[in-house]
Amino acid sequence: MTATTLTTGPRATAPVPAAARPGVGDTFALVGRSLRHSTRQLDTVLISVLLPVMLLLMFVYVFGGAIDSTGRYVDFVVPGIILLTSGYGAAGTAVDVATDATGGIVDRFRSMPIRPTGVLTGHVAASLAKNAISTALVIGVALLVGFRGDASAGAWVAALGLVALWVLALTWVAVAIGLVASGPEAASGFTFAILFLPYVSSAFVAPATMPAVLETIAGYNPVTPVTDTVRGLLLGMPVSTGTWVAALAWCVGILVVGRAAAALLFRRAT
Amino acid sequence: MTENVVVARGLRKAYGDLTVLDGVDLDVGRGEVLALLGPNGAGKTTTVRILSTLLRPDGGTASVAGHDVVHEPGAVRAAISLTGQYAAVDELLTGEENLRLMARLAHLPRTSIRARVAELLTLFDLEDAARRVVKTYSGGMRRRLDLAAGLLARPQVVFLDEPTTGLDPRSRNGLWDVIRGVVADGATVLLTTQYLEEADRLAGTVAVIDHGRVIARGTPAELKQTVGSAHVELAVAGGGVERIATDGSVPDVRRILADVERRGIAVDRWAVRTPTLDDVFLELTGSAPDTPAVGQTRDSAPDADVDPSPVLVTTREPR
Ligand SMILES: Nc1ncnc2c1ncn2[C@@H]1O[C@H](COP(=O)(O)OP(=O)(O)OP(=O)(O)O)[C@@H](O)[C@H]1O
Ligand SMILES: [Mg+2]
Repeated sequence: MTATTLTTGPRATAPVPAAARPGVGDTFALVGRSLRHSTRQLDTVLISVLLPVMLLLMFVYVFGGAIDSTGRYVDFVVPGIILLTSGYGAAGTAVDVATDATGGIVDRFRSMPIRPTGVLTGHVAASLAKNAISTALVIGVALLVGFRGDASAGAWVAALGLVALWVLALTWVAVAIGLVASGPEAASGFTFAILFLPYVSSAFVAPATMPAVLETIAGYNPVTPVTDTVRGLLLGMPVSTGTWVAALAWCVGILVVGRAAAALLFRRAT
Repeated sequence: MTENVVVARGLRKAYGDLTVLDGVDLDVGRGEVLALLGPNGAGKTTTVRILSTLLRPDGGTASVAGHDVVHEPGAVRAAISLTGQYAAVDELLTGEENLRLMARLAHLPRTSIRARVAELLTLFDLEDAARRVVKTYSGGMRRRLDLAAGLLARPQVVFLDEPTTGLDPRSRNGLWDVIRGVVADGATVLLTTQYLEEADRLAGTVAVIDHGRVIARGTPAELKQTVGSAHVELAVAGGGVERIATDGSVPDVRRILADVERRGIAVDRWAVRTPTLDDVFLELTGSAPDTPAVGQTRDSAPDADVDPSPVLVTTREPR
């Protein structure tokens, strides 16, 4: 430390200047921060992108023949893999949030003239952006290995919109998990629930082929109606009203509960 | 002018059965440095967290820069900065990115951010590490970055919770200079410390806090007076310490030493000791502050030339 003066420039004085009020600029800055984090943890990001791609290849080439001998298993499984990808993307957010919450940085943010939950919004927006990239990659690989993908543009938009809503809902749940967890490791452990959900659903095999207990669970698993809706849209098959309404209701319900829990936990934890 | 920028009245806080703050009153005038001095667990951090809107008090009121900390937290936050006891920096960003982010969140004008960040990196000796990820920083570097982040936006009121903990003597002196600069610029500083020397050097007012109450308050000189005057301290050969009151002047000390010699007392070492905040602290709280802190500040402070006490020969009193 060399100089002793810090004496230039105007000082903020009461009343509060306009520039001191919370604004969207804060959220942009915090989204930028979270995205930058991803570039500093490329290994983590790569795993969350490459794992679904590997699973896609494994399901198509290793299990595909056994599960569905018609050879069109790739069409069946790709929507499931897309939702699995969402899980991996969202799960990382729990770790990021737990890291922030256990370090002192949230205190610093909270002592600044910004919306306190802005730091959470930053992580959520970054999760959406990361998921957009990994989902695009998975779809690209899916098309390469023979996924039909000849649905109408409108159907694609609807399907991807639903996936985005699903990602948003899962991410808020992940934020809540990150706030409950005692640290990043614990948060990472808790997210297994999110990652495990697709396996007992219609994502990879038709629930009708499962043992009765699992079939019942799959029937109540939110992943099932979401997958069925996305699958129907992408393959040009009819989607029953009950299915897509259930899918939307689950997404919105999880989103609302996850968000509320996150807000509550954030206020309590800090 | 004695307009109070920080006012606390009867702050109370308890965690379950544990009363942490038991009616804390504080006043910090504009442009003043107040040091909150107290042993571990006294309630320093709790007080700072309440004043910086991070914690709601169970009772009492506090206002900072004219705004109530409970009812107008937004206005308070716009006027303050907090550097907490533990470094609050982003490990995954570089030092420069950290400061940029904080500058944006503090709503510095976009056009001035670059220059301001560069200025603080220089001020805190971090230019060389500016483009390195904070994860690779040493503890002291992290702390300096943390402090830089707190001073970016030229806040009216600066809260520093144990700002020099973990800094080497050179960085500590540098920080003291920076704090003096901030104050010269008109800011008000409330810092907590266990380093008595730090309170002595920096603070116009010291508030001693113990068991959640402010038990003494005054200028460092006033506090020292409460524990008595200067004395000549003699380490008598064969053991034992003798103290003889003095006004510290050369003739008086010479008279005392001549007297000692005339009486044929063999003395190993001698020193003129003026009361220190150590003595005040001991007297008031009945316990020594962290001994490493005392040892460090006493022994290794390189700028002993600014020591205000009229000590002729310095020896450390054995504890
Ligand atoms: N969240 C909490 N839950 C329970 N007790 C707490 C909590 N935070 C602080 N305390 C207790 O409050 C007391 C005062 O804590 P505080 O952090 O204010 O002390 P301090 O003066 O800053 O001490 P130090 O010099 O060690 O930093 C301590 O006994 C501490 O254990
Ligand atoms: Mg403390």
